[in-house]
Amino acid sequence: MTQHVILLTPRDLAVAAVLIVLDAALSLLLRLGLHWQLGWAAVRMVVQLVLIGFVLRFVFALGSPLATLAVVLVMVAIASREVAARPEQRLGRLGNYTVGASAVAFATFLTAILALTTAIRPQPWYDPRYAVPLAGIVLGNVLNGGSLALDSLLGGVVRERPAIEARLALGATFAQAMRGLIRASVRRALLPIINQMSAAGVVTLPGIMTGQILAGMDPLEAAKYQILLIFLLSGGSGLAAVTVVYLAAMRLTDDRQRLRVDRLKAKAKGVAS
Amino acid sequence: MRGCWRSSRGRSRANAVTARLRIASLRSQLAGPFDLSLAAGECIAVSGASGSGKSLFLRMIADLDPNHGEVFLDGRERHSFHPPAWRRQVAYSAAEPGWWSERVADHFPGEAMSFARATAPRIGLDPALLDGPVLGPSTGERQRMALLRVLALNAPVLLLDEPTGSLDQEAARQVEAVLAGRLAAGDSIILVSHSPEQAARLGHRRLTMAAGRFVA
Repeated sequence: MTQHVILLTPRDLAVAAVLIVLDAALSLLLRLGLHWQLGWAAVRMVVQLVLIGFVLRFVFALGSPLATLAVVLVMVAIASREVAARPEQRLGRLGNYTVGASAVAFATFLTAILALTTAIRPQPWYDPRYAVPLAGIVLGNVLNGGSLALDSLLGGVVRERPAIEARLALGATFAQAMRGLIRASVRRALLPIINQMSAAGVVTLPGIMTGQILAGMDPLEAAKYQILLIFLLSGGSGLAAVTVVYLAAMRLTDDRQRLRVDRLKAKAKGVAS
Repeated sequence: MRGCWRSSRGRSRANAVTARLRIASLRSQLAGPFDLSLAAGECIAVSGASGSGKSLFLRMIADLDPNHGEVFLDGRERHSFHPPAWRRQVAYSAAEPGWWSERVADHFPGEAMSFARATAPRIGLDPALLDGPVLGPSTGERQRMALLRVLALNAPVLLLDEPTGSLDQEAARQVEAVLAGRLAAGDSIILVSHSPEQAARLGHRRLTMAAGRFVA
């Protein structure tokens, strides 16, 4: 399967890096002032990826379920932080973090374990060579879905407070009053993945498939992998979005079915209110 | 928030078994305490400067904001009601009504629509507006549609926050006539109004609020 892999040498990478240098030269020439930023980002990217290459090589060699779990947990923690940090509005008592972490962990583990134990089935199922990259790609999408959903819900609650309270005042339950906003938030979270599915193969050749083809895999086999992954990613995004939205909504009400906007605070940076 | 539930404190006081709505020591961090008894068919008009707590008072009665104290409807304590059921009986309409759908008709489910169609002409509102978008009509027209929305509940107690705030004289008088009809039928109203004339016309009692309290 991988016998056609063309291994890259440092010289190959150096040749490709000439393109970055070219960009930097253009920036200088056109006075765009981007060359330092560009160079710094390129250096960061190289260092980060080489480091993670070493880390993964080490973890793969260990083959220990505990080490694998530890790596995945670190990734989950970083993704949860991103989900929590994105919205302008913050739930009190570190609510964004609790909501983000619960949703990200739930969606990621469920999706990844399902894939590892049914479709991909490495031996053993927690083999880090499969578990870590799979968790990573699922996490990327869970992060997108979760943060879009949370941002949309919390922002929407503040913006649409009069409408939600009007419903409550007329005798709607909290669930009824929130239904429209909940639907809109999940929808917004799922749009990117829906776009990705409809564009896949027609507008773009998805990254995994491209990578596998470059790594020597038969295009049809690569396509099957990509299909599997897109299903997983959609599933993960959807689960994360729904979980985030319901967990956050629960924190925005109380036993008298009020809308508790007082539990939200705008991000410290923009103290506009 | 269970902690704010205290059973039948003050039941002996005010001995108003027949009170439609009885409010005992209702308070929050921002306003109160309030004690008030509202009879069936009675209208209490509340006035006071902006920000004095009039809306907060109504919102606390409707249980839309966290609060302490007790409110009884026909002798039954608020916490023994399912919250949505309470709000259908003690119905609050905000000064700036919110709309949750683009179409007016979505705000009038089932029976409410036939009520609204029948009642709209009595408050100078073209019933055709009920089939249109929320954003088309004027502020005054929307305010009357919001009033229809809350009247359609047939609640025994209405908490109305500036129901004629953006209406001209004539429309305001028509709304008052409809409200007076409700009072005559035995419903009770707490009316927040900036207009002393309106308060005098509708209110059986008039209260003034300042800094989150009723002043004598």
